[in-house]
Amino acid sequence: MLDIAEAEPASGEVITLTDVRKTYRSGSIEFEALRGVSLSIEQGEYVAIMGPSGSGKSTLMNILGCLDVPTAGSYLLAGDDVSEMDEIDLAQVRNRRIGFVFQQFNLLPSLPAWRNVELPLTYAHVPRDVRKAKSVAALEKVGLGDRIGNRPGEMSGGQQQRVAVARALVSSPALILADEPTGNLDSTATEDVLALFDELHQQGRTIVLITHEAEVADRAGRVVRVRDGQIHSDRITA
Amino acid sequence: MSWLETLRTGWDSIWSHRMRSILTMLGILIGIAAVILTVGLGLGTQKSVSASINSLGSNLLIVSPGSATSTTGVRGGFGSASTLTTSDAEALASSLAAPDISAVAAEKTTSLALTAGSANWTTSVVGTSPEWLTVRNRTLAQGAFFTAADETNRSAVAVLGSETATELFGFQNPIGQTVTINNISFQVVGVLASAGSNASSNLDDQALVPMSTAANRLFGGTTRNAVSTIYLQARSADLLSAAYQEAQALLLNLHGITTASSADFSISSQESLLDTATSVSRTLTVLLAGIAGLSLLVGGIGVMNIMLVSVTERTREIGLRKALGAPPAAIRRQFLAEATVLGLSGGLLGAGLGIAAARVVPHFINSEIVISQTAVAGSIAIAVAIGIVFGVYPASRAARLAPIDALRSE
Repeated sequence: MLDIAEAEPASGEVITLTDVRKTYRSGSIEFEALRGVSLSIEQGEYVAIMGPSGSGKSTLMNILGCLDVPTAGSYLLAGDDVSEMDEIDLAQVRNRRIGFVFQQFNLLPSLPAWRNVELPLTYAHVPRDVRKAKSVAALEKVGLGDRIGNRPGEMSGGQQQRVAVARALVSSPALILADEPTGNLDSTATEDVLALFDELHQQGRTIVLITHEAEVADRAGRVVRVRDGQIHSDRITA
Repeated sequence: MSWLETLRTGWDSIWSHRMRSILTMLGILIGIAAVILTVGLGLGTQKSVSASINSLGSNLLIVSPGSATSTTGVRGGFGSASTLTTSDAEALASSLAAPDISAVAAEKTTSLALTAGSANWTTSVVGTSPEWLTVRNRTLAQGAFFTAADETNRSAVAVLGSETATELFGFQNPIGQTVTINNISFQVVGVLASAGSNASSNLDDQALVPMSTAANRLFGGTTRNAVSTIYLQARSADLLSAAYQEAQALLLNLHGITTASSADFSISSQESLLDTATSVSRTLTVLLAGIAGLSLLVGGIGVMNIMLVSVTERTREIGLRKALGAPPAAIRRQFLAEATVLGLSGGLLGAGLGIAAARVVPHFINSEIVISQTAVAGSIAIAVAIGIVFGVYPASRAARLAPIDALRSE
């Protein structure tokens, strides 16, 4: 139970998008951010999503992360159709199925590392002692076993992002969704975090990474390019 | 997320903004302390007023000449204010005509000069009957009260209040001494135990003589039988209204008046005095507590203000929590819990301050402060309610934030 290194045994498709469309409406102006995206990602894949700004990349990431729902089309996440879910069910899906890593780290500055890591578990009603054990295990996993009591302000950017990765891992999600995870890091810290993703990939985790940096995308086994709200190219690189 | 967990999170956030939280609480704290103090002051005043009214005696009805009507105030009796006489008092004392009245003491009061040796002192000289002691609920410090025989014989005997005795005789034993009033020598037979003073008079500065002596030897004239007040004691508190009815019927009959509304006397009970006095002080208390309550309201608005600022400031945190799986209800609860903790802490500290002040302040002002448990419990409840009520709007705003927009904000 505490072995979070082990990925979910289920195989098959983690993500299945079928003709997903997203239209934003602002007054009388309609803007179609996604125009029929179909994409499937298998269990254990490491996928980079690339695209220039305004390409619909962020919208795709929001939909993949269940932070937003498509206007049309269907989205199956680990077998469940999330495109029709309400806010409360979506919150639960994000909590159980998805581990987020953000560009801004998004750690709560007043809480020590382990309490930041345990946050998803508190919303999953996990008992306190189990939460603590799992958070410590996750922090050890990312090489921060000696910093569990440190607050984000007392850590370097790379360390903070590793705390964020530990937080994404702690609930053993089906999918790790990283939005520009190295965007705020120097090259050493970038290498550090990317090495961590490589390791997670080798352990069989499904990772979707959104980036605009080619050298970051090169680490993934598959690169999906988005342009004008559609998938422009999808190629296996490794 | 359990309630306990939510409260912990709320407390963490309050603790991480200590200074701001203390300033926010201050509004509620001052409001609560003010409510406890003003209510306590009001209750203290009520208590001292009712204590002084109770010092008149127990189960007491007071008959005064003239009548009080609600529209014209005090109205004189027919021709003169001295409409009550010693014969009224004698009639009221009859156990046949007024079976529920246990004792009657008429008072005829005049201010006169008393002389004892070289000392002289002007005080109220009260002609009354031996029942006075029971009716007015007083005791003697020395000697004895005058008797029915003194009343019959118009004896020149006097009972002095403790202050009057001290003024006239200093530290000498006054019993058996002679005091001269209107050139008549009275023998001092007793000294009253001290009873302090009530709102209208000093209960320890008076000289009591038998009614017959006062009427015939001190005052004389055509109004010799007029009395200023008749005190009636009912047999028990339950029989007070029966005694009231009997006294009214008897006096109306004696005075040949057919309707109660044109009576030339008025009967008031201790309760009615008490009611009037307490309703005045209650009105004051409500007024003061209302003003204190306003400051509570202002404190509550302060809480809402800070919570709204906090929601805006922590938009990213809210977005993050939502992204990590917090349902809207959990976010709402968290902010509500924070506001409630602010209210509760402010309430508890305010109650502490109010109680401490209620202990200290009476040493500096001449007034008692009664700490009302109801006021303390009530105001803490109000503080919590303020936290909840003024927390609802910020909390629901926080809960409504969309996670993507919240995460993007900077």
